[in-house]
Amino acid sequence: MIDAKLLERHGVTTDEYERICGFLGREPNLTELGIFSVMWSEHCSYKSSRVHLRTLPTSGPQVLQGPGENAGAVDIGDGLAAVFKIESHNHPSFIEPYQGAATGVGGIIRDIFTMGARPIALLNSLRFGPLQAPGTPRLVEGVVAGIAGYGNSIGIPTVGGEIAFEPSYAGNPLVNVFCLGVAKHSDIIKGVASGVGNAVYYVGAKTGRDGIHGATMASAEFDEKSAEKRPAVQVGDPFMEKLLLEACLEVMRTDALIGIQDMGAAGLTCSTTEMGSRGGAGVEIDVSLVPQRETGMTPYEIMLSESQERMLLVAKRGREAEVERIFEKWDLHAVKIGEVTNDGMLRVKQSGTVVAEIPNRALTDEAPVYNRPFTEPDYLRGAQQLDLDALVAPEGRARASGDAALRTLLATPTIASKHWVYRQYDHMVRTNTINLPGMGAGVVRIKGTDRALALSVDGNGRYVYLDPKRGAMLAVAEAARNVACAGARPLGATNCLNFGNPERPGIMWQFAKAVEGIGEACTALGVPITGGNVSLYNETDGKAIYPTPTIGVVGLLERADRVVARRFRESGDTIVLLGEGRGELGGSEYLKVIFDRVGGVPPAIDLQAERALQELIVSLASEALIRSAHDCSDGGLAVAIAECCFDTHGMGAEISIAGVRVANDARINEAAALYGESASRVVLSAAADAVTGILERAAASGVPAQVIGQTGGNRLRIAIDGHLAIDMAVEEAEQLWSSAIESHFARRVA
Amino acid sequence: MRFGVVVFPGSNCDEDAYHAATDVFGQQAEYLWHKDTDLKGAEVVILPGGFAHGDYLRTGAMARFSPIMNAVRGFAERGGPVLGICNGFQILLEAGLLPGAMLRNKSLKYRCEHVYLRVEQTDTPFTSAAKPGQILRIPIGHGEGNYYAPPDLLKRLEDNRQVVLRYTDPTGTIAEPWNPNGSVNAIASICNERRNVVGMMPHPERACEPLLGGVDGRMIFESIVSAMAIR
Repeated sequence: MIDAKLLERHGVTTDEYERICGFLGREPNLTELGIFSVMWSEHCSYKSSRVHLRTLPTSGPQVLQGPGENAGAVDIGDGLAAVFKIESHNHPSFIEPYQGAATGVGGIIRDIFTMGARPIALLNSLRFGPLQAPGTPRLVEGVVAGIAGYGNSIGIPTVGGEIAFEPSYAGNPLVNVFCLGVAKHSDIIKGVASGVGNAVYYVGAKTGRDGIHGATMASAEFDEKSAEKRPAVQVGDPFMEKLLLEACLEVMRTDALIGIQDMGAAGLTCSTTEMGSRGGAGVEIDVSLVPQRETGMTPYEIMLSESQERMLLVAKRGREAEVERIFEKWDLHAVKIGEVTNDGMLRVKQSGTVVAEIPNRALTDEAPVYNRPFTEPDYLRGAQQLDLDALVAPEGRARASGDAALRTLLATPTIASKHWVYRQYDHMVRTNTINLPGMGAGVVRIKGTDRALALSVDGNGRYVYLDPKRGAMLAVAEAARNVACAGARPLGATNCLNFGNPERPGIMWQFAKAVEGIGEACTALGVPITGGNVSLYNETDGKAIYPTPTIGVVGLLERADRVVARRFRESGDTIVLLGEGRGELGGSEYLKVIFDRVGGVPPAIDLQAERALQELIVSLASEALIRSAHDCSDGGLAVAIAECCFDTHGMGAEISIAGVRVANDARINEAAALYGESASRVVLSAAADAVTGILERAAASGVPAQVIGQTGGNRLRIAIDGHLAIDMAVEEAEQLWSSAIESHFARRVA
Repeated sequence: MRFGVVVFPGSNCDEDAYHAATDVFGQQAEYLWHKDTDLKGAEVVILPGGFAHGDYLRTGAMARFSPIMNAVRGFAERGGPVLGICNGFQILLEAGLLPGAMLRNKSLKYRCEHVYLRVEQTDTPFTSAAKPGQILRIPIGHGEGNYYAPPDLLKRLEDNRQVVLRYTDPTGTIAEPWNPNGSVNAIASICNERRNVVGMMPHPERACEPLLGGVDGRMIFESIVSAMAIR
């Protein structure tokens, strides 16, 4: 019955099939093959990535839960834990933008409350093709509406995120969603099944035929037939999830549960197997007891369905009635579908007859692990070559310098204000948001304490494409720096690794190098990785995306009222630049936007200097010595200073900096000083009488610091070596920056 | 005094209203589950924001059938003060405790941002601490806040001074770009004829603490607290 064609449809190789037969001591039946195929899929087994992920730093005194559970957790004092994770929903979002993004949000929220934490904030990291391209606005609108539709309804604020537009994502957008929750240490609960005879309950939405093979879909490349896979995308129901969230948190407080897990990728299969495996037990269920939305569903379909908003839980013996009563209150029905056994098997019955019987370890610990070959890709050497004097802009050099270049950069969608997007997200519900979206890292206070948590997601695929290791380090550094710029001490990180097909040695090399970079940066900056997700096969018609590790960092502010944001606050304040500009244009937004060129090497990074910088900012903020802080990233110093002037009712700045010499062409040297993207730089503003103290503290920390100007007036003026290079009204600059994205949607409905 | 905060399945600003009443204003508060049939001694009732019952049909259309709404209706008929915020306002409209209806925002998109409001009426229990014409900066967060009333009803509302808050620019002038959802006559809040039931789309509970970037919402809570103290 099982032939080569069937194996191919399941994404199972012949070698893997032989291993399956070895584990079972016989040939699998179709249900068992389906179970193996999803558990051994890249998405669930991490078979290509595991050998590399093992090298990441995952421990630290603050870490309460590292990778391997539904989400990671770090200690934030007062007996509380921050529970957080990032996950991708790239493939479903390309096929059906609204539902794909919505169910991505639903999935990551479940991961957080499954740990016993109350979800309190969401972020997202999105990548699309150029906004000018015909299909992009539809995708952007769908994804944004999907995130909004789910997050707004369930009542968890989306407090920030990032969006970038690059041609490499045109056929494969990225939708990475991050959720943060808070729990008492003692309330953290794991996804384990143990205690022979304990009841296994199913609760939530009924099981339908939707999403069958979602996990295998997420492990395959796209081609023109991808639209045919639409039935594998699920439909989200945020109201059902809100009920589940409240009911599960209420049940968890009773101490009547052994463990709980959501049914995400690979649904019932993954949750039963993983819970049994973690608890060193077995789980036996009868699929005929599973609530079903459709008639005539086979065990295969029930086990592989990815219907949303479903949970699996194990109750303590004698406490079943209590559990059932709480779910009834929320009009949910907890149904006993099986029990915990001691034989380490996943046993599936249908009306009492065994239809699948597989050792848990075969599906989890002993799933295949591949150390795939990797070699430096051919493109790299050429892409890293950059002769700044040989640059030729597509339409001449008119825009290469002066106000014109700044205008162009401010209106480029990757840099422009994302207000059009985040005003569609409820970013204030739960009344904790103390740094609104667009102000830097999102910051939420913790009610009942003086504290707050800052959170940021960052990543620059262009940098990683040009140098995977350095690019990944820069992503970690930027996320942690953004958190520090809010005044928070970075505590932990989560990563979402979006790459192409790992079976290509060049892609695998990008992956291996990026993981190496993440590991080194996380170690140096003191932010262990507590979990995350890998998304491979991000390719369409054989063309891979830029390798894009997205890093989420969570940090702690001891005093919420000491929070710092991007914008200047008072006229007459002194502006200080921490860090050094070296005029690095490699991989910059400037080169891409003005010269249509993606080349060179990304900026250098000294991780020890970065750590000193971050510690300095956190201490300056905690003592209320600074009034604003903003890191320099896309578009360099000039764009950073312009952004500090925005949302201030037009407050200007008078800046004077030293030039750099990176080319013979004077205009390129000017651009390097203004738009070079050297890392580890932060623009601060402070009252004049605080400046001496700031400079002394910087000197003591070994962080380069210099006064570069003053706030005030209504113009942004930047002089380089005494020559005025930028002189424009803040109002005009802000208009360009704030209307750029919206203008792409103006001609559409409303 | 004692607030009652109604919790429908899908309410998501219930904890925020409760936090404002208790932690910010030092009052007592009680959650009222939608299946409850009495108000547990509440002296003022808040219907909070959210998506009651998912709002898949029409905002508030299901919530009006929840058992607690009979108690709320009786309380309102006896003159008890009732405040519906956002989804709570939508529910009051569906329940017939306030007149008119909500349409989708003119932009067809959910909007979350600060807006400016002009206080039109100060003889309701929720605006009595304000000065007439006072400008408030308070956030909104909704997809269906485009208030509509047919011309005859609209005239009656205006004649009876039932429009409590209007969307304006920062100086208090009504102007189209400052109306975030297309509401008729820039209406952000209305009251019933007896003036004890008020519905408003903006979220005052999101603007009660300096950390949250504004405190103009305090006026709504201060009004009801002092109104009840006098009574």
